[in-house]
Amino acid sequence: MFDFSLMLEKFMDFRIQIAEAVGETFLMVGISVMAAILLGLPLGTMLYLTAKGQLRENATWSMILNGFVNIVRSFPFLLLVVFMIPFTRFLVGTAIGTIAASVPLAIVSIAIYARQVEQSLFEVPRGVVEAAQSMGASKLKIVYKFLYVEARSGLVLGLTTSTISFISYSTVMGVVGGGGVGDFAIRYGYQRFETELMAAVIVLMIVLVQLIQFTGSLISRWLDKR
Amino acid sequence: MISLHEVSKSYSSGEGIFKAVESVSLTIREGSIHGIIGPSGAGKSTLLRMMNVLEPPDSGKVIVGGQDLTRLPESQLRVARRSMGMVFQQFHLLHNRTVSGNVAVPLELAGMSKRQRKERVEECLQFVGLQDKAKQYPARLSGGQKQRVAIARALAHRPAVLLCDEPTSSLDSVTTGEILNVLRHINETLGVTVVIVTHEMDVVKEICHEVSVVEQGRLTDGFALEERTARNVPRHKPSYRELLLGKAGVSDV
Repeated sequence: MFDFSLMLEKFMDFRIQIAEAVGETFLMVGISVMAAILLGLPLGTMLYLTAKGQLRENATWSMILNGFVNIVRSFPFLLLVVFMIPFTRFLVGTAIGTIAASVPLAIVSIAIYARQVEQSLFEVPRGVVEAAQSMGASKLKIVYKFLYVEARSGLVLGLTTSTISFISYSTVMGVVGGGGVGDFAIRYGYQRFETELMAAVIVLMIVLVQLIQFTGSLISRWLDKR
Repeated sequence: MISLHEVSKSYSSGEGIFKAVESVSLTIREGSIHGIIGPSGAGKSTLLRMMNVLEPPDSGKVIVGGQDLTRLPESQLRVARRSMGMVFQQFHLLHNRTVSGNVAVPLELAGMSKRQRKERVEECLQFVGLQDKAKQYPARLSGGQKQRVAIARALAHRPAVLLCDEPTSSLDSVTTGEILNVLRHINETLGVTVVIVTHEMDVVKEICHEVSVVEQGRLTDGFALEERTARNVPRHKPSYRELLLGKAGVSDV
């Protein structure tokens, strides 16, 4: 089907550009993962806590938070990137480049991971919360001494799944000059009819995703003592 | 010790209002083992959960140690709850923490130092006879062992009361006997008041000093069982033969 030696040759020819593209992808995805952990985790926790029958049941907040997550996730991603240009410019001073591209990606990441967090927390048996309350734990302590402890393998698996989605989302970042592996494959491989080069980059991404999934599953299994 | 005054609780469901508990007044004598028995859905668990206000009553008072828990602000209620250990049918242990980690949780919440915690955890595990399982995860334990960990956890903070919600209902008869012995031992040696909710007649017969009968959300009867002492209680582990045939079964062999 493909000429593998040609693929390798093309790959070597463009190794500097590819390395640069991989660096850009890592930067965009890295920022997104950080955003997911720092903001997606608390947001997901709030989604869980404000839901009906939970510790901080609050219909208004539940609606607002769910609304935010649903709206962000229902945007076709490319349109979100364009739509957010004014906000991006306000936040980082420019709408072009890898850092600027990370802004819409981070927003989507927060929404995606928040949902995963919410689901993982819902899987913790209710009784655990009740036991925590009977010990006189405050709501904050219930969250991080009970819920996060019991949900931790799910939280890691969710982050793994999310990270892989972030990589996929990051491939369209060429439109705002974000670069990255996907952009490279399209510009050098597809648009210049270097099919072998495109295939080589796809293989690279497959390997990358496999590695992430493998690591995530391993950590998750190691954390899971249930 | 604990008294409930005219407590009521109802839930609104799709078809109207369900009265789980209807104006129940009940006093638990200090130092006693008090059984609350009744059929499923009678409101016994709701009643037990009112004693530490996990289930706030719609009306009525919950007096524990002289204070009305229903009137306490949340922060003080949390402190009050620490003097009341709770044990559940499904144990509700943290599966991602070791046995000793589970017993340490209430002490961590109370802000005890690491060294003191270690000492207290060892004491508690020794009390329930599980010191050799300290480093294991709950998934590797049997049901009876899990319940003993849960009891050790409930004891960690030196509570005055132990609230037990169907503590033996998911255990077999032999293990039930073991757990009841542990509870009796706690009552006798530590002077902890024990409240047990159960639908099993044998549990009440075996260890309770007093019993309240709850049916359809109301307290329908309450009486003292004959005086029990440590002496007339069988200390050995009964065999299945004894359990099924009574003492006669043993002499038949």
